[in-house]
Amino acid sequence: MTVTLFVPCFVDALFPRAGISMVQILERLGHRVVCPAEVACCGQPPFNSGYWDEARPIARKVLQQLKDAEAVVIGSGSCGAMVKKFYPELFAGQPEAELATQIANRTWEFSEFLVRKLGVTDLGAHFPAKVTFHDGCHGLRELGIKQSPRALLGRVRGLELIEMKEAETCCGFGGTFAAKFPSISTAMGEVKCNSALETEAEYIVSNDSSCLMHIQGLLSRQGKPLKTLHLAEVLNHA
Amino acid sequence: MSTNVAQFQEAAARVTADTRQRQFIRTALGNYEIARDKRKAAFQSWESARQAAALTKWEAVNHLDTHLEELVAKLEARGTKVHWASNGTQAREIILGIVAAKQAKSIIKSKAMTSEEIHLNEALEKAGFEVVESDLGEFIVQLRGEAPYHIVFPSMHLTRGQIRELFARELGSTSSDSPEELTMVARRVMRHKYITADIGFTGGNFAIAETGMISITENEGNARLTAALPKTMVTLIGIEKVLPKLADLALFLPMLATAGAGQPLTCYNTMYGGPRQPGEADGPEEWHVVLLDNLRTELLADAEQRDALHCIRCGACLNVCPIFRNVGGHTYGTTYSGPVGSVITPHLRGLQDWKHLSNASSLCGACTEACPVKIDLHHHLLHNRRNAATEKPAFLERMGYKIFGIIANDPLFWSLAKKFGWLTQPLQKLVMGTALDPARAWTKTRDLPPLARQSFKDWWKHRP
Amino acid sequence: MNEREKILTRIREALKVPAPSPGTHAPASHLPVPGVPGLPSLRVPAPTTAAPVEARRWLPKVGPGFPEQLALFAQNAADLKATFQIFANWTELNAALVQLRDAENWQRVASHQSELSSQACAALQRPVCWTDKGYDVLALESCDVGVTECDALIAQTGSVLVTSRSAGGRALSVLPPHHVVIARREQLVADLPAAFALLQQKYAPEFPSMMGFITGPSRTGDIERILVLGAHGPKKLTIFCV
Repeated sequence: MTVTLFVPCFVDALFPRAGISMVQILERLGHRVVCPAEVACCGQPPFNSGYWDEARPIARKVLQQLKDAEAVVIGSGSCGAMVKKFYPELFAGQPEAELATQIANRTWEFSEFLVRKLGVTDLGAHFPAKVTFHDGCHGLRELGIKQSPRALLGRVRGLELIEMKEAETCCGFGGTFAAKFPSISTAMGEVKCNSALETEAEYIVSNDSSCLMHIQGLLSRQGKPLKTLHLAEVLNHA
Repeated sequence: MSTNVAQFQEAAARVTADTRQRQFIRTALGNYEIARDKRKAAFQSWESARQAAALTKWEAVNHLDTHLEELVAKLEARGTKVHWASNGTQAREIILGIVAAKQAKSIIKSKAMTSEEIHLNEALEKAGFEVVESDLGEFIVQLRGEAPYHIVFPSMHLTRGQIRELFARELGSTSSDSPEELTMVARRVMRHKYITADIGFTGGNFAIAETGMISITENEGNARLTAALPKTMVTLIGIEKVLPKLADLALFLPMLATAGAGQPLTCYNTMYGGPRQPGEADGPEEWHVVLLDNLRTELLADAEQRDALHCIRCGACLNVCPIFRNVGGHTYGTTYSGPVGSVITPHLRGLQDWKHLSNASSLCGACTEACPVKIDLHHHLLHNRRNAATEKPAFLERMGYKIFGIIANDPLFWSLAKKFGWLTQPLQKLVMGTALDPARAWTKTRDLPPLARQSFKDWWKHRP
Repeated sequence: MNEREKILTRIREALKVPAPSPGTHAPASHLPVPGVPGLPSLRVPAPTTAAPVEARRWLPKVGPGFPEQLALFAQNAADLKATFQIFANWTELNAALVQLRDAENWQRVASHQSELSSQACAALQRPVCWTDKGYDVLALESCDVGVTECDALIAQTGSVLVTSRSAGGRALSVLPPHHVVIARREQLVADLPAAFALLQQKYAPEFPSMMGFITGPSRTGDIERILVLGAHGPKKLTIFCV
């Protein structure tokens, strides 16, 4: 099948290896991957800040680019939730309402696409390390993603998954929240980092690079050796 | 920046810097969560119960007029005097009028968030009446001159040592700091108050239209005594508290206890249908029920957020909220704190003045997941943000998003922006985290990841 | 227009716009906000009637037979730190009461005139403050124990259902430091829905002015969440069943 890969703006600019890993994994599984050049941002920053009128033109462009896609895969639970869950709300009553719903139904978060759409869990990866998994809240609660990433990690050779306590508690990123309320965001992040550190894992893995950017930022500043990695990079590790 | 948001930011920074206090609150609420999960698991289907509770509340709120009329007719038929108050001022005047007419000296109160909402204690004290909060937690914060920290656990922020010192200072007690002894100090003080008070004041958790009753949930027995001994009883309750049928309580009482405090059932769940009836041993000679609107009808008019009136004030959303857990209850500066407070306060006290509470959320959705009546809490925070920005957009923020939108989805602009960022990155590193750093809100506590030399799109374009 | 009319008018005005169905959390459930222009307009059919509250199917499970329900009640009572005992006959129950009286050195007893409670008081042989026809509050407060009947015992929750008619008024079951409930085994009901059905059947439409579930002795956790019994109401709850 032809998979349209939506690489979110911050993954493009900051974490290209996550996107590259997704391409390589999907191609190894025999699918054709396309990446529309014009798609970068899903419109979530203005949407979450309440500027829906400013979010719509951004999202409209995304809809136009994705309208012929057979399947859309997004390597971020947060951007995935934006397209799957919030586009229909953003465009309710607008001419694009139906298109938004159609695209929402054809859009998958990366791990869900592998496990639920393709029925694949073993990607032949080898990653000899202790890892703990961080559930991004949008993926977890808006899209209900909990099992798929764990099913995938469970088949990685050499990998030991240790769940952290309060695993479902938000890390405190929250998009513009992190910059608008830095003290609260940092406090929440500290709690998350401590939970992760307690597991004595070497890596925090997540399907959401945005949470990881926040967590890694805190860990690096505090000189902690714990590293963050996108799920796709782990699954692409031979 | 409005004073409210500045105060909120300042308080949040102060509380989050106090790691010991944060740990104390998190531990308490973490223990609550364990108890709650155990009780939830005892239900045959907690999820079905939630759905049924949401439907029942939907019915109650969406036919509020008919249910209220039935409630009032039934209450009045048993000799209860019902008053209607459109706002806090009217409610205070009604209550002050009752208290004055009875020539009352002292008033014993059981816990009522509605009374916090209309600042009743201050009004009564200013008019020269003695008011005593009988719920232990409320009594403690009243002695400290503080607002309740949490709508269900008012004094959860205090250690036993602080309470011992408070009791020594205010009551002259010589108790140790054992919770048992401290509780008994309060018990002794309060016993005398129940017997001598002229007025017993209560709130209410549910109002039953079918039978004309007010249901009160509590653990300590203070509301039971408040409603038993004084000659006059006054109950202040929001108009949204109506449930259609008496039997609805079979679901709501255990759900309130489970969601709120992790109990199978709260110790005392009592339904009052009138003042003392002929042939009964005791009870107040008069019962006044004050129905409070205070902008609840404004919230009702917002169909999108109408379900916020389903709230049973269990506190579950506060307990699980990572924001609440880290900034604590007093930071909000509102009567109703936590997620539900952030949703409804803009409706009750002004959107532009209180929109910052809706912004102060990562929208993680833990609140919505915990809500026993399925209020769409975190999405309503998003709706408040949208309503605030639509009504009064911030010029710079709006322009920023417009420009960002143009850049981000234009391949040339986006690529240039990445190049520019990559080139200026070394300069930003020089000022990282300092006052000169344009990204200081982020970099004060966090490192920024470097922009990749080759972005994904560059790689994609140039791959063989 | 008085305040009642004003409030009801505001409510009716507000309800002209229907609300989305509850608990769906689907994007389609969002409606326009009055006064905020340019927002989506989407109507969702509302449920015409509320779901029947068939709480029994979702609440904690209760076994069908008397022995299971009795065992469940006993377990719940123990968890709540209430004392529960069932006796084969009155002689045994009276003996246990006298034993309790002596252990706690009861000097004054408060109660109400009804079959079970009067019988218990007769066995206790102490001066009794009867609440039925009104009482002196200070006298009631100085009693060591309040002895009452009840309307039902609820297996599901370990609760005692009392009303101002069945339990000697409002204060008797909460003012003295020890509340002793005398019940018949037939009074055990399975669950909360059964308890509400019983109240309807027994009293409607002339309900007692106070009806309440007592679930364990008075308690608080307001100081560091540490459980303390006897916050304001009784420190002890004893349920004797015959």
